[in-house]
Parts: sequence; C-alpha cells; structure tokens
Amino acid sequence: MSVLDKKLFRDLARLWAQVLAIALVMACGVATLILAIGAYRSLEETRAAFYDRYRFATVFSGATRAPLALKSAIASISGVSGVELRVVKPVLLDMPGMAAPATGIAVSIPDHGEPAVNRLYLRSGRLPEPGRTGEIAVTEPFAEAHRMAPGSQFDAIMNGRKRTLTVTGIVLSPEYIYAIGPGDMVPDQRRFGVFFMPRAALAGIFDMEGAFNDLALRTQRNADLIEIMDALDRLLGPYGGTGAHDRTDQISHTFLDNELIQLRAMASVIPPVFLFVSAFLVNMILTRLIALEREQVGLMKAVGYGSAAIAWHYAKLTLVVALVGIAIGSLAGNWLGRGMTRLYGEFFSFPFLIFRQSLDLYAIAAVVSAGAALAGSTRAIWGVVSLPPAIAMQPPAPTRYRSLFSQGTHHLRIFSQLTIMAARHLVRWPVRTLLTAFGTSLAVALLVMALFSFDSVAFMVDTVFFRTDRQDATLAFGTERSPRALQTVAAMPGVLKAEGFRAAPVILRHGHRERRLTISGAAEKPELSRILDKSLAPVAPPPVGLMISDRVARLLHLQVGDMAEVELLERAHRKVQVPVSAIVESYIGLAVYMRADALDGLVGDGPRLSGVRVSVDPTRLGELYREIKRTPAVAAIALQGLSRERFRETIEQNITIMTTVYTALAVIITFGVVYNSARIQFSERARELASLRVLGFTKGEVSGVLLIELGAMVALAQPLGWLLGYLLSWSVVRGFESDLFRIPFVVERSTFAIASLVVIVVAVASALIVRRRIDHLDLVRVLKTRE
Amino acid sequence: MTDHPIFSVRGLTKAYRSGEVEVLALRGVDVDLFEGEMAVLLGPSGSGKSTLLNIMGGLDHATSGTVSFRDEELTSFSDRQLTLFRREHVGFVFQFYNLIPSLTAWENVALVTEISKNPMAPEEALELVGLKERMAHFPAQLSGGEQQRVAIARAIAKRPEVMLCDEPTGALDSRTGILVLEALCRINEELKTTMAIITHNAGIRDIAHRVFTFRDGRIAEAVVNEKRARPPEVSW
Repeated sequence: MSVLDKKLFRDLARLWAQVLAIALVMACGVATLILAIGAYRSLEETRAAFYDRYRFATVFSGATRAPLALKSAIASISGVSGVELRVVKPVLLDMPGMAAPATGIAVSIPDHGEPAVNRLYLRSGRLPEPGRTGEIAVTEPFAEAHRMAPGSQFDAIMNGRKRTLTVTGIVLSPEYIYAIGPGDMVPDQRRFGVFFMPRAALAGIFDMEGAFNDLALRTQRNADLIEIMDALDRLLGPYGGTGAHDRTDQISHTFLDNELIQLRAMASVIPPVFLFVSAFLVNMILTRLIALEREQVGLMKAVGYGSAAIAWHYAKLTLVVALVGIAIGSLAGNWLGRGMTRLYGEFFSFPFLIFRQSLDLYAIAAVVSAGAALAGSTRAIWGVVSLPPAIAMQPPAPTRYRSLFSQGTHHLRIFSQLTIMAARHLVRWPVRTLLTAFGTSLAVALLVMALFSFDSVAFMVDTVFFRTDRQDATLAFGTERSPRALQTVAAMPGVLKAEGFRAAPVILRHGHRERRLTISGAAEKPELSRILDKSLAPVAPPPVGLMISDRVARLLHLQVGDMAEVELLERAHRKVQVPVSAIVESYIGLAVYMRADALDGLVGDGPRLSGVRVSVDPTRLGELYREIKRTPAVAAIALQGLSRERFRETIEQNITIMTTVYTALAVIITFGVVYNSARIQFSERARELASLRVLGFTKGEVSGVLLIELGAMVALAQPLGWLLGYLLSWSVVRGFESDLFRIPFVVERSTFAIASLVVIVVAVASALIVRRRIDHLDLVRVLKTRE
Repeated sequence: MTDHPIFSVRGLTKAYRSGEVEVLALRGVDVDLFEGEMAVLLGPSGSGKSTLLNIMGGLDHATSGTVSFRDEELTSFSDRQLTLFRREHVGFVFQFYNLIPSLTAWENVALVTEISKNPMAPEEALELVGLKERMAHFPAQLSGGEQQRVAIARAIAKRPEVMLCDEPTGALDSRTGILVLEALCRINEELKTTMAIITHNAGIRDIAHRVFTFRDGRIAEAVVNEKRARPPEVSW
C-alpha cells in the first residue's frame, strides 16, 4: 500500500463520523432511486406480462341486451384480434358471518375453452363446469378475506332469487388487478368480490340466453382504436350500447397508471434532493480538510508528487464516501423495495409480483451518486492542485472580515461581541451559509410533504362523508324503477330517511373534448347526498342546466353559461345541448349533477330511479341488512360508514408508512447537514473558541457562538422549507389528481410547526454532539500552535 | 511592588503522559509572586516555565502541590471556578496574539469588558497601548506588533490583578518588541498589575524586579535586579 493510501485510511478513520453522516445522506438518494425505479419497473413489467399472457382487453363496451349473432360482425372489424361477449351483472352477496351484504360482480366465461380475452389465472382448484349449477370461480382477494377454498359455499341474490354458489377455483383476472366496489374509495376485499360462472348458467339466471351485455376486445398492435370504437358503437347502438372505451377508462388499469406516474415523480424529485445535499456536504468537508492539509500538500509537491497524484488522492477519499453511501443505500433500497412490493401485493392482485433486482439499476445509482460526490469535490481539489508548492507551504492569507454596518458596531450596543462574531462568520461565507440553510430546508420540506396528507385526507373525509354523502347506505337497483320504489325503501326497517336518485351514463362533450361520465339526478333540496359549491356550502340544483365539478370544467374547458353536448349512452346515443349552470366542488370521480326532474326530461322516459340513498337507525342495521338481502330489486349496496372506515384505515396505514420513511429521510438530511456544518465550524474556530475560554468565557457561553450560527441557519431554513414543502405538497396533490378522485390541497399550520419541530430537535441534538468537543478543548495546546 | 504575596506556589509538580512515557514538566516548584511585581521567567524549551504559568492562570491542573491566589487555593478549584478566576483576575498575553479575526480591535477588547465587573472603556485600554487610532481595524489589517498590543489592551481592560505573558515578543522584531514591552511596563507601573513574563530573550531580564531561571522542571536560580532597565535599553 502506498504511503498516500495509508494517509487516506487514517484520514477516513479520523473523520469517520462525518464520512458516515455524508454517506447516510447519499444512501437516502441511492435507496429512494432504487426504490422508486425498482418499484416502477416491477409494477410496469409485471402488469405488462400479466396483460400479455392473460390477454387483457384493449377495448371495452356494454349494451342493455345485444344478440350473440353480432359476434362475427364485431370480429370482422379491422384490427380486432379477439372478441369476448359476456354477461356481467351486479349481485348482492350474503356472506357467512357477515351481517352487512357484500357486493359482487358476476362475469360469464365460455362454457368450453378459455376466454379469448381477459383470461383467468387459476391459483387453485379448477374452473366451474357448465353442467353443474351454482359452480363459480372467485377472485383471490375476496376468497382470502373470507377464507374460502375450493368447496366453500355462500349465498348470492341473483336476479331477485337467492342461490347457493359453490367455489371450485380461486382465480386472478387482468381486469381486476385493482378491484373496487361501488361507493368505495379504496378496495375492501371483504365487501367486494368478482366471480366467474359459465355462460350458460349465468345467462340462464339473468334471462340473457343468446344475448350479451358486456364486451371485451383485443386488438392488433397498431390498430386504430378510435375507428374500432366507432364501428363498435354503430353495431351496438340499436341494443342500448353504452359506448366503447379503451383502457384509459378502465378503473383497474387507470389506477395502476396513476401509481406508475407517482413512482416516476418520486424517482425524479427525491433522489436528486439527496444527491445535491451530499455533493454540498462532500464539498464542505473536503474544502476544510484540504485547507488544514494545505502545507502538507505543498510539501508533497515540493518532494515531487504531481498534481494528478494529489488530486487522485483526494478523489479517492470522495469515492470511499460514495462507496459507503452506495452500499448502505443499495441495501436499504432493496429492503424498502421488497416492503413496497409487499404493500402492492395487498392492493393489487397479481399472480406474481417480484421486486426487480436488475444490476443496471444499482449501476445507475452508483454512477450517479459517485458522480454527484465527485462534482462536489471538484472545486476543493482544483483549489489545492492549482497552488504552486511554495505558496501552498505558507499559511493561507488571513480571512478578511467586514463590518456589517459602515460605522462599525461599537455605537450599536444591542448585540454582544459573541453574536457579532457569529454574524460576521455567517456573512463571510454567504454561499455556504445559504446552502446549509437550503439543505436543512429540504428536510423541513420533505416533512411538510409527508405530513400534509393527514390534513388533506382529514379534510377530504370530512367533506366527502360528512358534508356531501351523508347517507349511511346507497342501494342501487338492477334496472331503473318507478318512483314508487322510494316508498318501498322508506318503509324498510330502520330507514329514517330515504332519497331517490337517478344516474344516467353519458358522454359529455365541449368542442373536441369529451369525457364518459354519469349525470346524477338530485332532489330539489337534497339532504343526504348534498352538492357543495366552491366554498363548500350546500347548494340546491337549479331547475335547468348542469352542475359540473371543477375537474370536469377544467378537462372540458367549460364555464358557467357554456353549452355542453350530452350524449345519452342508454338512449340510442341521443344528443342534447345543455347549459352549464354552476361549477361545484367534488373530490370523487367526474361529478356532474342535474335536478332529477330536469334529468328525467332530458332522458325522456318519465320519472325513474336508479337507486335510493338512506339514513339508518344504527340499532336496526341488522334488520335492514336482512330485509335488503331479501329484496330482489337491489343489485348493489354501498355502505358509507364502512367505506369511510375502510378508507381511513387504508389511507392512514399508507400515510403512516410514508410519514415514517420521510421522517427518517428528513432526520438523516438534518443530521448530515447540521452535524457536518457544526464540525466544520468547530474545526475552523477551535482556536477562537479556546481563546474565549482562556479569557474567562464559560463552556456554555463559548458553545453559544457556534449555536447562534447554527441556529441562524436552521431558523433561515424554516420559512424556506415551509415554502418548498408547500410547493412540493401542491405538486403531489396535482400528481394524485385523476378521474377517479382528487385530494383537496390543505396544509394546516400545525403541519408546518411539526415539521419545524422535528428538524429543530434533530439540529439541536446534532449540535450538542459537537458541543461535547468544545467542552473538551485542550486550551493550552490550541493556544501554543499557530494556525 | 509590595511584600504581600499574591501567588504562593508550594511543592508543585506536573506530570504528562506522552504516549508510553511519563514526562515530569514540574518537579517541585516553590515560589511567591508579590503584588505589583514584574517577574521574568527564563529557561530552555521544556524547562517548565509555561507549565507553571498555565497552572497559575487556571488553564491546567497540577499533579501535586498547591498554588494559592491570595487566600484561595487554586489547585482545589473546579473547572467552573477556574473559568471565573480567569474571568475576574487574570489577563493573558500569548506569542500568537490569539485575537478573534472576525472582531475589530475595539470589539476584541469589548469582548472582555462585556463580562467584567469593573472594566475600563475599550478605547481607554487601546489608548494605554497607543492604538486608539486603529481601533476600527480588524486583526488582519494590523501589523504583528499592533496585534500584540491589542491583545495586551484586551488583557488589561478588565483591570486584572495579574497578567501572565507567554513569549509576548516571541513573534516580533526588536522595534515592535520594545513597543510591546513599553506597554507592559507602563501598565505595571500605572495600574500596579503583577506580571509574569516568559521569554527566550535574555535581554528582557533587565526590565524585571526578579528573574527566575528554569532548568529541568525546577527553578534553578532567582535573581533580584538591583537596577531595572527601561525597555529601549534592552539589548535584543
């Protein structure tokens, strides 16, 4: 080993705490990079493989009742490579040991052979056989939630009759990777399930022999989807076609897309923060180390070491720091990635989901991190190699300070000399001061970003469940009913209040922009499901016109007073122009409201109800559940209370995990920045501090000088961190926004306070570690040496 | 100079561990310093003079023996008591000045007057060392002699009873060295401050009341000057 390498190892051993502090910051960058990109790839590739092997459809459509004879016409549309005509019906499930009814979707599969599109992955058991009545295959999450195995049985209310179903197999479908029930905001595996039944059996139950009401197509690569969808709409139009759509309107697919977008955003925001901070820290300690070793460098040059050899010596030190960071970060990234994959396993139903361990990812992370560290060290190294040896061997020119005010300060007796010392030192190195404050502010910002979700979700729960959808349950009918159904529901046991609604699937169009959505018909003065204006005050729907949510207004570029085209999907695609009368607030879906009588007029078939919202006496819930399970007309039920709890649970679990991770990251940044900054200051000022001790200043007073400096930088970091955190949080909210839901942007003051508190506590702890060194200053030795 | 001892040192020893070996820096020193006295401490490097000065100034602890300041035994003081002792009673001057580079001359002096009970004004202290005109300058803008005089002004501004000077002229040429010695003598005479000055420059012995010569951790010789010289008469 060369002598310079021995020096390198001794330097590292001496600076181990600082090296570790920087390596940890760098490790955060490496870990988040591996986590985000690894998770992105694992999700993306698993989904692509699942879609491909199990032939996930590319075009979807529905109809009221269309003849199977259309199959050859559909298959001959140019670009179509596979057609599956299905019966898909909502059903109520009466699960053993569960008072509340669950909701299911029954999907037909061919009697013989595998489906051409949306094939099933068989986890266990076998697929149901056509001859045997009541045999089904259920999706895995639902089966697991109810501990079902092949052979298990449960009851379902299908087309008004209770039937006992027997599970023959547990399956997964590319169509239901993310499966969400009606009225739910997050998946609830107990209350929502999908099951598959041979076509003949299911069609028999729902009187759909020779007909279908749902269609899934697979298309050739490069096929023109728009043309295929147009052709499909023309074919299905006479049979109550609901309009074809591609994968972007398929909930499971879109939800996964959103997750992928977020992972990509995470990969492009978080790791650069850490790499930037670690580059700055490397620069800071290397600059100081080289300043202390200036004379040694001069000597090395004088005895014949070249500039390149010296530069390489310090570059190696930087690389060792980077290597430690990369090693820790790779391990942590791998561990976090596995955890993330497990979490995905809970949300998404894949037959397989592996955290991708590709070497290139680690290589990219390593090269990027080492590059950032070297970039940070370049200036410091250049500074030393460019000095001629004779000058390097002399002590550097003394630092020049300036009075902060031109008159000097001795007329201003406000500040003690100790404070003035601290202030002048801060101002003397403004870039370092600002970068230290900026580095610390990133920790504050990360915390704000992690914590604000509590505020937003609390606000969202309050708005959605207590101000808007105040009903306890929503009953959806299998087919639209006359208004008399409202009285029937109102008379059910435990029902305190009942409010009917109508939902009409439409395409809303403005210019060339369009969206598939549902217009909800609302009562004149809705009490259970209310409509809120932009200031969250309840408003009554006007006698004419649409009330559209903010998101719909933005997507379609609509303003109050504009005319929008409504294409009725279930009424032979009749098109009507309707004015926009108000823009309202809504966080779920693409909400569009209309007064019920206006909607009835628009559809043109008189008053009809799609379902009823009810508030229920909680002590009589059991009775109501029993009654509902006996009511043939009810096809699905959404239980708001349970949905709310489930939403809270899931989101809180996610936020808690996220907050823990981000808090750890923020703590590491703060520690890395403040500890290193304190060590550097201490190293630069040991002599001054010892002088103060000799002059009779106590340890506390002397520490005060350093603490004032650090305190000023940490204080400066707070407002900056709040601002950055606010902006980051805003971008997170924008990133989450989708047609499924959006999160209100709410940051409470307490969130800023908690973020600051965490950072300040860590900063104080880091500073106190360095303070111990002040307590052990060797006064005599420091004063005897010349700097 | 009176005949009341301000410092009484008895049987003082100091041992350092330097790696594997133990070094005895002081091997039993007995000495009294009197109020208003100016003492010069001579001797080769490692003979123990700085160690004695550091223990008397409360910067270091003795291994055995006692140091009394008036009626108080410094050797039994805690760290905190020693800090207060330095703050209230002792002024230090070092070879390398040890000024705070981020404070002007005036502020360097004010640093001490802010924490003293009965200080003089910073400008008064700077005037005593002839630097009133330079008080708005930072250390980096002053010559070595000027910096050392600021250090002296800082030491005297709290009106200390003793001043301990370790090689105050060690880094200076003869002309500036004499200016610094003049400042020290003036303070000794006008303020009656007791002074102990360590030097390698044997010529400086002539300005002292008494001269102590150190050898191997002991005082080898103590000489009373019958006739003291003025600083300009010192042969450099």
